[in-house]
Amino acid sequence: MERDNHQEGEAQGVKICDSPSESNPPADTLATSLSLLGNHMFPDPVERNDGTTVVKEEPADLHLSDVTAQEQSLDAEHVSNQVKKLETEAAENSECQNNESTETTERGTEDAAIDNDQSDSGEFVVTMLAKAKLEEQGIGVKGRSSPLLEAGTQESPAFMSHRDEDVTADSWRQHRKHVFVLSEAGKPIYSRYGSEEALSSTMGVMMALVSFVQSSDNIIRSVYSEEHTVVFLQKGPLVLVCVSSSRQSEQQLRGELLYVYYQIISMLTQASISRIFEHKKNYDLRRLLAGSEKILDGLLNLVDSDPSFLLAAIHCLPLASSLRDSLSQILQKAITPNLVFSILIAKNQLLTIVQEKTVIEDTRLEPADVHLLLNLIGASSAFQAGEIWTPICLPLFNPDCYFYAYISYLDPPECTVCLLLLSTDKEAFYAVAECKRKIEEAMVAQNSLSLIAKAQSYSVSQVGVSDLRHFMYKPFDVPDNYRQLTQFTSPEMEAPYSSEGEKMRLLDLYRYMHSRIHSTSRPLKLIYHVAERETLLAWVTSKFELYTCFSPLVTKACAITAITKLLRWIKKEEDRLFIRYPPKYSTTPNPSKSSRGGKSDQQDSTDNGFLSLL
Amino acid sequence: MGENLPRVPGGAQLHSDTLHGPVRTLRVKMVILGSSGVGKSSLALRFVRDEFKNPSPTVGCAYLTRVVHLSDVTLRFEIWDTAGQEKYHSVTPLYYRGAHAALVVYDISKRETFVRAQVWLKELEKQYIPGSTVMCLVGNKGDLDQERQISVQEGQALASDRSLFFTETSVLSGDQISELLLGIAHRVYECIGGQQGGLSEWKETPLIDLHHRDTFTPFASCCKVGP
Repeated sequence: MERDNHQEGEAQGVKICDSPSESNPPADTLATSLSLLGNHMFPDPVERNDGTTVVKEEPADLHLSDVTAQEQSLDAEHVSNQVKKLETEAAENSECQNNESTETTERGTEDAAIDNDQSDSGEFVVTMLAKAKLEEQGIGVKGRSSPLLEAGTQESPAFMSHRDEDVTADSWRQHRKHVFVLSEAGKPIYSRYGSEEALSSTMGVMMALVSFVQSSDNIIRSVYSEEHTVVFLQKGPLVLVCVSSSRQSEQQLRGELLYVYYQIISMLTQASISRIFEHKKNYDLRRLLAGSEKILDGLLNLVDSDPSFLLAAIHCLPLASSLRDSLSQILQKAITPNLVFSILIAKNQLLTIVQEKTVIEDTRLEPADVHLLLNLIGASSAFQAGEIWTPICLPLFNPDCYFYAYISYLDPPECTVCLLLLSTDKEAFYAVAECKRKIEEAMVAQNSLSLIAKAQSYSVSQVGVSDLRHFMYKPFDVPDNYRQLTQFTSPEMEAPYSSEGEKMRLLDLYRYMHSRIHSTSRPLKLIYHVAERETLLAWVTSKFELYTCFSPLVTKACAITAITKLLRWIKKEEDRLFIRYPPKYSTTPNPSKSSRGGKSDQQDSTDNGFLSLL
Repeated sequence: MGENLPRVPGGAQLHSDTLHGPVRTLRVKMVILGSSGVGKSSLALRFVRDEFKNPSPTVGCAYLTRVVHLSDVTLRFEIWDTAGQEKYHSVTPLYYRGAHAALVVYDISKRETFVRAQVWLKELEKQYIPGSTVMCLVGNKGDLDQERQISVQEGQALASDRSLFFTETSVLSGDQISELLLGIAHRVYECIGGQQGGLSEWKETPLIDLHHRDTFTPFASCCKVGP
């Protein structure tokens, strides 16, 4: 294989060396090598770039001059076909909103002609990413680093990421979903797989893409290829990028990126991140996130495996309402000034949540904030060692302020039942720890722990509807329970969905149904979807959102009857399946005479909207 | 490695007084500081349960307790195991304010953690009133002797320079851990115990204290003291 002499600086010629190698090549088996022209147009490396679609908010005129600047700074010279995934042949042209990209698709294989008139953003994407990959392999422009890339390749920080996956390996490229976080200066902040260090040039290129599109007053949103969707999300000084082959909708992927952003905010607050980057544009945020990679990893694993994130709702552990009430009362009694939330968790699911009355009157606790808390607890085994006191921000509650979280397991050494107390006072550790002792004492007195230990999720067979294999039911907020935490209920995933692979397949089907229901261009209310091995029915009304999975032989009429039965069953069981009336307490200096006054008001309204349709 | 550890006076009689009597229990607030990944949480876990497991990075600050019996007094160590991560540094002063004992830990195989330890020492000196805090420099990961970047002498020199207690430990093997805790216990009791308002008395609450239950068990580790 042949390469240009890349020390030549701004290469003036184009040379494509196409070797037959198809599989992801190591450095020496690179199929393609591509040099940039002075005018920055890339000839097509054999039908490779022709399908990349860049979706932007509106069609943009990409001026040659803009590209010029970018490319010179990036100094790209070689393209590896590793990036093929990002480009490959014809992606759905229907999705194509970019004239320029479309044009590329029409380019012939042999068309090595240089288009001087306009730049090709699709190619630009591909080439830039390819360049980055080459550098990572050590065959890029060694020893020469562009100003743009420099930002990402400065000296390594003292702490190394624990991820030492080889970013040049095949396996790295085959991950289903990559997530990258970088700063506006192109500095790597987080990568789900592989070390940020090794990916610094890739991230530099991602930033180049973002700023390139930005320079023409536009925002890059996504890039589609046949196999991958690349989604961009810019939040303040952070840029989040997802490269997914999961076939999820752009909207869903963006939602997941938002979760990643929120998790970062929950550790640092939005205000401090803005402050840091205002002060120093090329700050290495990994300094502050060091040690938190596991929390982000854990979040992304949860996002992939737990439908709570998809539905933006909380899954609570089914519990006899009398037991749940008694637990709530225990929490209600153990209070101290400035305590705002008391949350009891078992097996990573919510048992009960008690809220400070006045705080919650203004704002309600968003499911996303609870997800972040649950993830924090699940991702850190360190909590099992002792009592934790840590600042934490609930980004949807208030992205700029910290709460102080007291976290302790109530059943060592098993560590399944976890108490989380949130205070606004950072000095309150001893007072809050004292609340925990009261709670512990009361729970021992009532034998709560052993009762909680018996609680478990339910089987779909309890519904008593044959052919029904699984479902997810999310009642909507209605005025009656306006302040209620958004929840959903779902049985265990049982055979045939007991293996990890099958679970994921079912979730993927749900994700697909969800994306159709929530499609921005053509939302649907009811979908009856006959898949290969099952039949799914999704239904959204003003009262609920429901996803059901049936055996493949079910008929439409059967499915409808089954759903009617299912909805009746949920109605009957709702006290057990949901936290119906989140109790409150008052820890403000001037407490109202009855902290449960609000609750009884609410209880008068018996129908909280479940199934009034029936 | 333990040659730098001052001998614990009367160490042998430590465990003989556990069985009886109304011995006063005093609270000792101890904070563990140092860079990320030097083994602070592991050290705390050794103190408390004499266990070792590879922990996740600490979130915020972990609070653990351990009771140490000396000949005429019982000390209840309230250990604040801080996160080494920089994002928590703004809140760390909360934890070390009013501490009776401060352990600054570094990793003998990583020079930058030693440099960072000196920063922590400076920071602590700003806060503490001489004589009210027993400070201790701990070179951890003694098991990584092969990769050592900080010699024993260097650590010792820094400690003597600032008249700190110094030791090298290995949380992996458990080497010098109980000696360290006992050494601190004695120093704290000698230096602060006698002072007016030095150590407050711990009143056992009638509540069930799971941590207390936990922390009582690993007493065996104390008995290992001695040659």
